[in-house]
Amino acid sequence: MTRTDTHAGDTYSGDRGLDHEEPLIFELDHASCGVDWPESAVDGAHLGGLRRKGRIGLAGLSEPETVRHYVRLSRMNYAIDAGMYPLGSCTMKHNPRLNEKMARLAGFADVHPLAPQATVQGALAMMDRLAHWLKALTGMAAVTLSPKAGAHGELAGMLAIRAALADRGEARMRVLVPESAHGTNPATAAFAGFVVDQVPAGPDGRVDVAGLTAKLGPDVAAAMLTNPNTCGLFEKDILTISERVHAAGAYFYCDGANFNAIAGQVRPGDLGIDAMHLNLHKTFSTPHGGGGPGAGPVVLSARLAPFAPLPLLVEESGRFRLIETVAEAPAGAKPFGRMCAFHGQAGTFVRALAYLVAMGIDGVRQASADAVLAANYVQVGLSDLLHAPFAGPCMHEALFDERELRAFGIGTLDLAKALIDEGYHPMTVYFPLVVQGAMLIEPTESESRRSLDRFVAVMRALIADARAGRHERFAGAPHRAPRRRLDETQAARKPVLRWRP
Amino acid sequence: MRYLPQTETDRAAMLAAVGAAGQGDLYADVPAEARIPPEAFGLPVGLGEMAVERALTALAARSHPAGAGPFFCGAGAYRHHVPASVDHLIQRSEFLTSYTPYQPEISQGTLQYLFEFQTQVALLTGMEIANASMYDGSTAAAEAVLMALRLTKRRKVLLDGALHPHYAATIATLAGRHGDIVRVRNDIAAGLDETVAAVVVQTPDVFGALRDLSLLAEAAHAKGALLIAVVTEVVSLGLIESPGAMGADIVAGEGQSLGSGLSFGGPYVGLLAAREAFVRQMPGRLVGQTVDADGARGFVLTLVAREQHIRREKATSNICTNSGLCALAFSIHLTLLGETGFARLAALNHARAVTAAERLTAIPGVGLVTPTFFNEFTLALPKPAAAAVERLAGAGILAGVPASRLFPGAVEMENRLIVAVTETVVDDDIAALEAALREALT
Repeated sequence: MTRTDTHAGDTYSGDRGLDHEEPLIFELDHASCGVDWPESAVDGAHLGGLRRKGRIGLAGLSEPETVRHYVRLSRMNYAIDAGMYPLGSCTMKHNPRLNEKMARLAGFADVHPLAPQATVQGALAMMDRLAHWLKALTGMAAVTLSPKAGAHGELAGMLAIRAALADRGEARMRVLVPESAHGTNPATAAFAGFVVDQVPAGPDGRVDVAGLTAKLGPDVAAAMLTNPNTCGLFEKDILTISERVHAAGAYFYCDGANFNAIAGQVRPGDLGIDAMHLNLHKTFSTPHGGGGPGAGPVVLSARLAPFAPLPLLVEESGRFRLIETVAEAPAGAKPFGRMCAFHGQAGTFVRALAYLVAMGIDGVRQASADAVLAANYVQVGLSDLLHAPFAGPCMHEALFDERELRAFGIGTLDLAKALIDEGYHPMTVYFPLVVQGAMLIEPTESESRRSLDRFVAVMRALIADARAGRHERFAGAPHRAPRRRLDETQAARKPVLRWRP
Repeated sequence: MRYLPQTETDRAAMLAAVGAAGQGDLYADVPAEARIPPEAFGLPVGLGEMAVERALTALAARSHPAGAGPFFCGAGAYRHHVPASVDHLIQRSEFLTSYTPYQPEISQGTLQYLFEFQTQVALLTGMEIANASMYDGSTAAAEAVLMALRLTKRRKVLLDGALHPHYAATIATLAGRHGDIVRVRNDIAAGLDETVAAVVVQTPDVFGALRDLSLLAEAAHAKGALLIAVVTEVVSLGLIESPGAMGADIVAGEGQSLGSGLSFGGPYVGLLAAREAFVRQMPGRLVGQTVDADGARGFVLTLVAREQHIRREKATSNICTNSGLCALAFSIHLTLLGETGFARLAALNHARAVTAAERLTAIPGVGLVTPTFFNEFTLALPKPAAAAVERLAGAGILAGVPASRLFPGAVEMENRLIVAVTETVVDDDIAALEAALREALT
């Protein structure tokens, strides 16, 4: 069913100007083909009687139909290339196209992960170069590149901590996680076999140091903190925290999702961090791709470095070598296992390295400073109309709650959906959970001052409408997007997860 | 710096607006002793676009690309021809630079292609449902094992000896705390009893052999265990019976062959398909169909109550992202192929592999270890395979993956060579490999 009869009755086609409806490939299918492979005779002698008997049921389209289908779908998506995407915690910054071009060089893109190592020295050198940048920026002893995403990197870090504790002969089970943490933190700690113990936030939006200290003890394996934290604030007592965590014999894990605020300014290694994952798709400008692929290398302190998972990359007189099994590991290395097949998101590594080489330390430092400046500029621009739960300058994200709006009968969701009609992707909403109706705005360093001014002006106009009781813009918004609000309850109650004829 | 739009005038105006004297003031919360000047990092300053391109091109030139000569490596990553329109379409800004579709009204493009992807994966694997993709095949296999542990509430998992060793290691690392992972060298059915949650079998297996799963599925089900099938070469499903048709309960796959290049091992795209009854134990993202306020069909992320951002420490998995863009490439490639093109591609792969196997086993002393195969087979050489591979690589021929790379120290693997032959291999490549191998073995 298209919108023809229910929504867009004003045109015969059901389309409106540049807005096209698009059926599923299975509804377009007419057994066409967009490739020209020849027929091959198959005698079945090597198939052991396992030849497929029935049809699969795939839809096939010619090349022009395929191109049109996906181009039309693409136009139903918002994207950072099209407009500001102030999604707090997600870091939607510009994705340089040079990165894409470099990732497609045959010496990176057309090399096999198990090709003889002498034939892949360029790809290994690329990984080594990226590893050097990541270690130097974080001040850490080692890096494991293989984790495929941030949460996967968190897991690698927590498993390294587990292995280090086992090596010490200790069975510490408790992991302290602030209640403002990303959902992946408690999920990862639990997945790694630890018991999650929540640490409350203090009134200033930061970890309550006394509360955390009180929870430390001989059964605590690690503290997991995000810094800057999910409220967009730097944990200013971090040196005290790391000292106390270490004094209690525990490790200090830092969620590096917000590293983009401090890259080139301060090294996590100097703050006493033992493990931290880096989201290459956030800080290092690789594209989010509609939800992946990401990459989550994890940097490790000298205490955790011996437990880094396979593979290990070593340099021996100018040649690089991957160590892929425990048996080959150098003396002192005690890899805890393997996070995935092969060596990680190599294509993403190229993109991140291209970004770093382009930016240089001066550019990385300026980008962090600009991201922080942009967030503060937005915060100041809205602080007379929206309530900021925590005082003072923020880092790379401006956090507001819905208190001021609620008085006028408008909530965070209403404002977010009205922003869609204004041509913006909404900010992150209802996260962090510690703030009622949270709105987390991360403009990033990629927005010009003019763009920030315009965003602030639109937000102010919407809030003015809310305050004046002009609620038409909010009721049932969005009105101008490819779809109105979608019925998520129906989707979950009777899940339809695939097309059926 | 060209990626940063702010001029010094802009920065000055913004600093004045926020009431700060300099950008450093905004870092007042960072302990002063930890703040360091840029020189302290020991890293170079930025470069213009041309210089970056020159530096990375020089690095890339130190690799020997697969396309530069005869190429026969597989073992979990395959070199296929990807139509030009695939790479063009996935670079559309609206696909490349969008985030996870949390705001469905402005994310219907991503949501619809994921719904189509889920349908394609379910059809290919012969299963009822599939999710919106996983990181890669190995992590999908580990998640399949975790699913089986939750579903059966049992602890033991049997891994077939011909499962890709990287997959076995990944499963052991990710699921080893949740269950007892046992690698079985011989008859996996013999190990089945009422304590077994699942058996994990790869087909075609790591040596390329086709595995009939039907009897094993029956045996597993008789003991209340689940059969997890692993597929690392999805193109095989164009010619070979699907795991679902052979009785698999969960299928974990690597989708790299469709749409994604070799890219030195990633990013790839994990496939996870299962019976519909298991949906609430499925990890990762799921896209479901629904309607909007006007009654128009639309798509949303659904059953989110399983996921970490809602359930936190009680989530089915800690997974946050999927591999959306690679799933898109997979889906576009498969749409271009369609039923006919996909079947032809699979038949072509098999025919090429049969030709290569016949030519190579004609070399004195070389035997075929895998009597059944799709597009990859294992040879027994009269000499250690690793040395032969190194020698041929020196001559620009990438002969395959020596089994010793995957099973180091296993004496019986020393002389074995795993050879993959896809549609990208031409007759001259096979002739070159045959001649060079013949010479290396004499």
